[in-house]
Amino acid sequence: MVFEVRIHGRGGQGVVTAAELLAVAAFEEGRFAQAFPSFGSERTGAPVVSYCRLDEREIRTREPVVAPDALIVLDPTLVHQVDLFAGLLGTGFVLVNSTRTLDELGLGTLLERFRHDRLLTVPGTEIAQRHTGRPVPNAVLLGGFAALTSEVSIEAVTKAVGDRFGASPSVAERNVAAAAEAYAYVRREMSDGVEKVMLSAPAD
Amino acid sequence: MAVRFYQVGSFAVGNRLVDGTDRTVQSDPGRSNSLTSGHRACQGCGEALGARYALDAAMRATAGRMVAVNATGCLEVFSTPYPETSWQIAWLHSLFGNAPAVATGVAAALRVKGRNDVRVVGQAGDGGTVDIGFGCLSGMFERNDDVLFICYDNQAYMNTGVQRSGATPPAARTATTEAVGPEPGNPFGQGKNMPALAMAHEIPYVATATVADLHDLEAKIERAMTFHGARYLHILVPCPLGWGSAACDTVRIARLATQTGLFPVFEAEHGEVVRVTKIRRPAPVTEYLRLQGRFAHLFDGSGQPVRPDIVAALQDLADRTVRRYGLVDDVEGGF
Amino acid sequence: MAHTVALCRPEVVCAYPISPQTHIIEALGALVKTGELSPCEFINVESEFAAMSVAIGASAAGARAFTATSSQGLLFMMEAVYNAGGLGLPIVMTLANRAIGAPINIWNDHSDAMAARDAGWVQLFAETNQEAADLHILAFRLAEELSLPVMVCMDGFILTHASERVDLPTPEQVDAYLPPFEPRQLLDPDDPVSIGAMVGPEAFEEVRFIAHTRHLQALVRIEELSEEFAETFGRDSGGLLHRYRTVDADTVVVALGSVLGTIKDLVDTLREGGMRIGVLGITSFRPFPSDAVRAALEKARRVVVVEKAFSVGFGGVLSTDLAMSLTGLTVPVATVVAGLGGRPITKTSLQSVFESADRGELGQLTFLDLNHDLVARELQRIVQYPRSGPSAENILRGLGTPAGTG
Repeated sequence: MVFEVRIHGRGGQGVVTAAELLAVAAFEEGRFAQAFPSFGSERTGAPVVSYCRLDEREIRTREPVVAPDALIVLDPTLVHQVDLFAGLLGTGFVLVNSTRTLDELGLGTLLERFRHDRLLTVPGTEIAQRHTGRPVPNAVLLGGFAALTSEVSIEAVTKAVGDRFGASPSVAERNVAAAAEAYAYVRREMSDGVEKVMLSAPAD
Repeated sequence: MAVRFYQVGSFAVGNRLVDGTDRTVQSDPGRSNSLTSGHRACQGCGEALGARYALDAAMRATAGRMVAVNATGCLEVFSTPYPETSWQIAWLHSLFGNAPAVATGVAAALRVKGRNDVRVVGQAGDGGTVDIGFGCLSGMFERNDDVLFICYDNQAYMNTGVQRSGATPPAARTATTEAVGPEPGNPFGQGKNMPALAMAHEIPYVATATVADLHDLEAKIERAMTFHGARYLHILVPCPLGWGSAACDTVRIARLATQTGLFPVFEAEHGEVVRVTKIRRPAPVTEYLRLQGRFAHLFDGSGQPVRPDIVAALQDLADRTVRRYGLVDDVEGGF
Repeated sequence: MAHTVALCRPEVVCAYPISPQTHIIEALGALVKTGELSPCEFINVESEFAAMSVAIGASAAGARAFTATSSQGLLFMMEAVYNAGGLGLPIVMTLANRAIGAPINIWNDHSDAMAARDAGWVQLFAETNQEAADLHILAFRLAEELSLPVMVCMDGFILTHASERVDLPTPEQVDAYLPPFEPRQLLDPDDPVSIGAMVGPEAFEEVRFIAHTRHLQALVRIEELSEEFAETFGRDSGGLLHRYRTVDADTVVVALGSVLGTIKDLVDTLREGGMRIGVLGITSFRPFPSDAVRAALEKARRVVVVEKAFSVGFGGVLSTDLAMSLTGLTVPVATVVAGLGGRPITKTSLQSVFESADRGELGQLTFLDLNHDLVARELQRIVQYPRSGPSAENILRGLGTPAGTG
């Protein structure tokens, strides 16, 4: 059964690489994967979308992901510019890069009808900055994604990230560590149950 | 010191009193005859003369290890009337505007095959060099590709019926700059100084020559082949048809072009002029202009200027060139 | 892609940057600089016209030459493309399919390949990245054997910028399949020839006819070389066309390139629902495999061509070629123009079109997902205020948006 991911962000945040890394991680685990961007000319700061499909069998379709099983949002400011959640399946996962909660981001109402235990924010940029010194949250969010969806293992993510930065082992190490921290963070958030999840109590 | 004899008309092809190594290539029965007889050029064609001398000299300088790339134009058309060819060298014609790029490709192929002894010559008329070929030429220069590029400049698009090019001189009549109106002929203030543009790329060797001094032309080809990298040779080749001149006047007109100062003869290396051929017998521009139908509108039946202002402007241009390149002995060039 | 091309041992690589081909050439450049791809000359040319010209010179002098371009770049080199075709130089070029402007558009469609279809180049369309890589290997072999230039078409961004699983060939496999380039005639001072003469009315037709026969030979050789490819590399790639569930299909969809994957997925879904539908993917667009196409379609009740190009003022390009192949048969051919300028082709949109076809209700020419309201408003405005000028900007004027801020 195909699992479709859509990744939103801005140019310079590693949106395209994130999709590729996810594909590689799935490939490492013996699955088929397809990753591709929705493109524009090179421009830092412009909204970018990339897609990734994971499946047990060959993936043939080339259309953009219109009904994602999971969304990764590297820059929440996009919510006012782009219809981030278009087509998201009712059982969908959402992982947003932010130090704030989904409620604090003003996304509470928008996400009401989805499964609350599958929606999460993770302070990706902050984690990335601490480990790698650069505010590029893509590898980090993949660690979080692994924890949230279990579609790929953290080991596979580690291998993909490590190989991508193979030319500089220290950079690779730091990105892997950052991804691992996000993985642990998300696992903690999930095991703490619905109460700890961002959406506020129904009364609000 | 070797005695120099000057060419007289077009009958003296060998200088028997000159040392063998100084003799023109054409006096050698073992010459390549790169462009051999049977081609369809007009009587008195300056380009055919220039190309024959240039390529035979190149073949001698490279011991016959050479490939030529030719742009579309008179030379290509009159030399290869399928199924005949008058080329006895390896020769490729691709398109009008890409001779320099094609030459780059040939040079790259030879390099990659380890055939470093084989040299490449690219050649085109003024249109294929200065206008439509300019982008590719500048690219070849900029990369310093190992190509000697030769421009046979007859100052217009001759093969298509004498249309103006970026090398057409001011006041010259062409089919697209007719001798009518207040400013007859090609306008002043236009045109490209191609040798200067070549020099601006700071390539190893740039030189100008004419068919009036064929020894000099050969010597420059030989000198060019001692360099590697991008080299440029600009040869003035009068065209009797397009210039409206007598077929027997081709060499004389070329000489007058140099002696008036309108066409400076010099060599440059890496963007600096290193040698200049001084004018032996200065001549006023009128002597040059009167021999050519393309300037006929400047004179009346008895040879008096009807447009003295234009003639004066052309004389001014010539004088400036003389000053700029230091073509007369008591004047130092300021280029 | 670069890796596979490098294994083909190109000797001269020359290209000019244009989206979306840049990274293929960049990767090759890096391989040359590090010495991994050697002997090879990598030349940074000043225009696409120069790129194809350098390839022409290199190929004529006996080197295996490769370049890549898209869209505007292809048009800029078009004179040289025809030149290479006419001279029969075995240059291989990657064409990363991209729309042609105006309006300028960097996204995928097939208008660029269609603009070159008469130039005498073999045009092969890849369905997946695997096939794109494999077709390059076949391309060099075919080109050098038949003395024809070959362009491998792969959808810009959709394939060029996608990551997917690909089996990479080994150097041994490629060397076994692709022998060194040995041209029958080249620029060599030891055996001088003149190449590129002006051929007049007395021989021109014959020269062009011979080019045509080479293409007809290519129809045979492409199949044979694809079989040999399967033997050497262990997978099916290339061939003249691919048939998917067409044997008992009432409706057969025909297309080129990556959209075939999307269509196949949809075909499976529709088959589950009982529709008898199949899809024919054409790999060799030039030479056009008329006989094979006819054989694949003669039992169909209707044909729907989904194509990413069209001939303004007329209709489809692929569908027109296809209709020619079906001359004499009564199979109706409907054209669906889709994906122009990179507009995504979705299964949802295709489904309604195929269902319409299945009901016998699909018109002759359909523009998929056309915004009819926008078009109607603009056409009405044109009637009211006729003025010349670019449509894109005038649409904005109609909306009250200053064109300058578009």
